[in-house]
Amino acid sequence: MRVVVDFDLCESNAVCMGIVPEVFEVRDDDFLYILQENPPEELRSKIEEAVRRCPKQAIAIED
Amino acid sequence: MDGRIVVAGASLAGLNAAETLRREGFTGELVVVDADPATPYDKPPLSKQVLAGTWEPEKIVLPAARPDAGLDLTWRLGQRAVGLDVAGRRLRLEGGDELAFDGLVIASGAAPRHLPGTDGIGGVHVLRTLADSLAIRGAVDAGASDVVVIGAGFIGAEAAATCRERGCTVTILEAAPVPFERSLGPRIGPLVADLHRDHGVDVRLGVRIDGLDSDPGRDGNPVTGVRLEGGEVVAADLVIVGIGVAPGVGWLEGAAGITLDNGVVTDATLLAAPGIVAAGDVARWPSARYGELLRIEHWENAIQMGEHAGRTLAAHLAGDADAALPYDPVPWFWSDMYDRKIQLAGRSGPDHDVEVVIGATEERRFVALYGRAGRVEGVLGWNRPRHVMQLRSLVDTPTPWSDGIEQARALA
Repeated sequence: MRVVVDFDLCESNAVCMGIVPEVFEVRDDDFLYILQENPPEELRSKIEEAVRRCPKQAIAIED
Repeated sequence: MDGRIVVAGASLAGLNAAETLRREGFTGELVVVDADPATPYDKPPLSKQVLAGTWEPEKIVLPAARPDAGLDLTWRLGQRAVGLDVAGRRLRLEGGDELAFDGLVIASGAAPRHLPGTDGIGGVHVLRTLADSLAIRGAVDAGASDVVVIGAGFIGAEAAATCRERGCTVTILEAAPVPFERSLGPRIGPLVADLHRDHGVDVRLGVRIDGLDSDPGRDGNPVTGVRLEGGEVVAADLVIVGIGVAPGVGWLEGAAGITLDNGVVTDATLLAAPGIVAAGDVARWPSARYGELLRIEHWENAIQMGEHAGRTLAAHLAGDADAALPYDPVPWFWSDMYDRKIQLAGRSGPDHDVEVVIGATEERRFVALYGRAGRVEGVLGWNRPRHVMQLRSLVDTPTPWSDGIEQARALA
């Protein structure tokens, strides 16, 4: 599983960070950083939730 | 699970309920009904990118409505639900069609309030649907340049910001003497008005509107001005009315078995009647967290509540009512104006204590906590998304006011 963020859409709302802090981090510069591009399978359902709740629909999972 | 579920409202709440029902194993027919004929879309961009002209409608289609969604939904778009027979398990559509159902999701949203006496005057708009957004955008494209926004709410304020950025002259008229006081309190609320003034918007507070002037002979936008009590006229060729919304319950009036009280009242699991759940702007449920009935008009709530309602309905259809759990999230919303992102987790209002814990209000980049009864109830950020998300836990878990302030300051 690969996590992809469309950074042209991302507005750093940080919702994803609230759901999966292991994968997403918004830092003090207000930009989103992906901590693990290929996260372990056990995080899938949380990442799917982050995909659904992203206000900009900027996150995708590529299998 | 088989049979037919009807989703009344192709809204964010309705489509997330539909998606959840499929995930929970519902294999029957899923029919989505909505009066709006447009392919279901996301609403936040309507006051921002769509209005600005930078995004086209294709870009805001909701995931469940995309061709590759694979949810096998039956669409009944452009068809208005006009009645519900709870005992007979039938939904009536305009034109006389009836849809029998085994389960129903009420997600009919909310509709904007209109200013009395202004219907039918060209150039006067509300902003709720894609058609509304495109109509306002079209008016600006066609040269409308004197924009008056009636009501300082978040939708109106976002529309004001977008119109200003498009080069229009913008005036905001608000009846209350303190802007955003009800939502953000008397200390922070005025900062939103200041933000607009910094960008050249004329924000007028404590004004009463007497009526609209119009010139019916003028093509396109006959409105010419907004008349204030006292006689002054604010010139306008485009008026946006943003004075709040009312839950979309007209079609449920008189439906025996459904309780209407500022929305569809549900139980804690979002069940409104046997086999009927409600979610989104239209639904009002008893929150254990706040000890009162809540109806929330936020984007994120529509997603979470739709998903929750879907799970509750799936549990009932599977004959396992005990699996339906109470719904009790911490509310969260955001609003974008100019280069500022305002986010709030929890609740804030005129009666809360307010403490700025990170940054300073003068910088327009800060975090403030809202407290009541000795506890943290809300975390507000201006261009501080990281800290809002980190401090959301102060609201998730009841935190004493002084502890919350200390923990927040430690992050600075």
